[in-house]
Amino acid sequence: MVYRPCGKNMQSSACLLHSVFNCLSLTAGPLGLAREILEKDAEPFFVLNSDVICSYPFKKMLELHHSHGKEGTIVVTKVEEPSKYGVVVYNPTSGQIDRFVEKPKIFVSNKINAGIYIFSPTVLKRIQVKFMSLEKEVFPFMAQDGQLFAFDLEGFWMDIGQPKDFLRGMALYLSHVRQTSPERLAEGDSFVGNVLVDPSAKIGQGCRIGPSVVIGPNVIIEDGVCLSSSTVLRGARICSHAWVQSSIIGWQSVVGKWVRMESVSVLGEDVIIQDELYVNGARILPHKNITVSSPDPQIIM
Amino acid sequence: MDLLKRQSSVFQLNGKLKAVILIGGPHVGTRFRPLSLELPQPLFPIAGSPWLQHHIEAIVKHPDVREILLIGFYNQSQQMSRFVDDMQRKYGIPIRYLQEYAPLGTAGGIYHFRDQILRGNPRAFFVFNSDVCCDFPVWEMAQFHSNVTGGNGYVILGTEANEQQALSYGCIVEEPSTHKVLHYVEKPETFVSNIINAGGYIFSPDIFQHLTRAFTANYENELIHDAARDSIDLHSSVLTPLAGNGDGGKLYVYKMNSGFWTQVKNAGHAIYANRLYLSLFKERHPEYLATNTPGGHEIYGAVRIHPSAQIDSSAVLGPNVYVGAGVVIGAGARVREAIVLDRAVIQEHSCVLHSIVGWDCVLGAWSRIEGYPSDLNPNDPVAKITSESLFNLDGRLNPSITILGKDSKRVLNWACGFTLPGLRTLFAALDPA
Repeated sequence: MVYRPCGKNMQSSACLLHSVFNCLSLTAGPLGLAREILEKDAEPFFVLNSDVICSYPFKKMLELHHSHGKEGTIVVTKVEEPSKYGVVVYNPTSGQIDRFVEKPKIFVSNKINAGIYIFSPTVLKRIQVKFMSLEKEVFPFMAQDGQLFAFDLEGFWMDIGQPKDFLRGMALYLSHVRQTSPERLAEGDSFVGNVLVDPSAKIGQGCRIGPSVVIGPNVIIEDGVCLSSSTVLRGARICSHAWVQSSIIGWQSVVGKWVRMESVSVLGEDVIIQDELYVNGARILPHKNITVSSPDPQIIM
Repeated sequence: MDLLKRQSSVFQLNGKLKAVILIGGPHVGTRFRPLSLELPQPLFPIAGSPWLQHHIEAIVKHPDVREILLIGFYNQSQQMSRFVDDMQRKYGIPIRYLQEYAPLGTAGGIYHFRDQILRGNPRAFFVFNSDVCCDFPVWEMAQFHSNVTGGNGYVILGTEANEQQALSYGCIVEEPSTHKVLHYVEKPETFVSNIINAGGYIFSPDIFQHLTRAFTANYENELIHDAARDSIDLHSSVLTPLAGNGDGGKLYVYKMNSGFWTQVKNAGHAIYANRLYLSLFKERHPEYLATNTPGGHEIYGAVRIHPSAQIDSSAVLGPNVYVGAGVVIGAGARVREAIVLDRAVIQEHSCVLHSIVGWDCVLGAWSRIEGYPSDLNPNDPVAKITSESLFNLDGRLNPSITILGKDSKRVLNWACGFTLPGLRTLFAALDPA
């Protein structure tokens, strides 16, 4: 296993290291692999699952962790459908976690594991380098030992593993930006609602962009495009007069003129949609050239 | 020949021809609704001209035709009279609309107005069905009538179909050397012939003997209800009995050599007919078709635009589009394989494909109106357009051309493959599935 420095983060003095695992290690194994670095000092470290989004209140999380002084803090959040996730049962005053219930059939609690943790390095004693799950093989024991506490997350949280949820999470994040740093959002006649546009992107005349749109670097949006609830990734092009809603446009893809795309369509890298087609809920794998409409949701390989 | 000369010569028709077009009535052709709710079906604009005008134009190619009679059950109306006047003036030939007093079937009208048809002693008369789309070969039919039948027979215009599709039409069995009709049967269940009745005829005046006989037989048949007695069906009462009368038989078939032929039973077929007539204009009336002008809207293929339509220079039209009077097409709109009727508004960035947009409709910005083309099998040169039922066996709509009836307002989203009766407002996508 190799650590590769991949540059300094410009906004802070954090150093980014990228490590690659040559075996499947699930959620705990990777921590064991990073043991040398994590055990360098006694400072606690964060563990983040990359398929969630929230406002990441790191400072407050750290404060709570220090205040109870135990091995671990799990961020919990309230959701509408707790049975989809792992439910956390904890003492509301002390914050100490009692136990976990995976996907409960009857209502236990509406607070779930948000996938964000803080650990003191002593936790590494519990972890071996093997196929090991934090949630199943580490947390229950930590809870029994009284070493696990809950941080109640305020604000939005979204599991963005599915495209539909990704778009919802994107919209929630954009509302958060509107409240905390609205100067980052695009303003002007072409824009409606919360829209984030990379400075290198080009947008044509007569467009209607938004609400809830993110436009990545080097994207070209031609004249007369209507775009809403969508993400357009780096280098993609949306041609004139297209109408795109609730979609994810992959890197370098091209959406042709007068195309209508909706219902959580997802384009992989370098997908071309020819002019005048209708794409409804299609998931299109990379490097495809689409020449006929796809009116029913399907995966195109 | 100018109108006066032709008119005055009606009474000296000896040796000349007449033409009758059977135009039906509101009780038939219900599958053409909602478009036929506003306008009699035979007047519906195809390729920018009223449908009947295409027939009239085909008929006047023969200079011996001295009068055209339209027979049908539509009420006399301003639309009809204005149409008839326009046609008379344009083609310089007397044209009259004879309204039946009751629906008289495919031959009853001819029988009822026999005096009008025979007035002036024409040597023969054409009969055409209005619900087909065809450039009738009137010269060839008249030649055939003179040469092959000796000017004395009855000729059906035939065209070729594939074996499967022939079952939906009137089938004609031809004796190849004499071209006599050995057998005629309407919509058989099993294969009879791949020559079908193309909806055109030329008859010698003595056809009326047979019509009279059919009429009398009807009257004497007590099983037929009073109201239906006057109604005579051409196929069963005339063609079938006349077929195969040995050497005395006078029923012949003239097979069309080339040129397009299609029936138009529903509005979806009108898009197909639109394409056919527009392609005919390329040779006959190139002045009707729009061309690309620098700085103007882009044109692909055959497109006909009424002079009063306003089209943004960034719009893209064609192929096979007709744009009606007073239509407004906004910036960046795309219209292909479509008929856009008078005063419709297509706002910016919209996309209209394989559809008919009715009079006064308004399509909002970025809307998409899309139909499924009823195209023919390109590998079969004689394939015909089929007339599917509206619903399939699962109870779902069969995908077809999309039609927006008159006054559909504010279509904001996507409408695909179905018919929307007029005066509706569409806010959300509509999908037949």
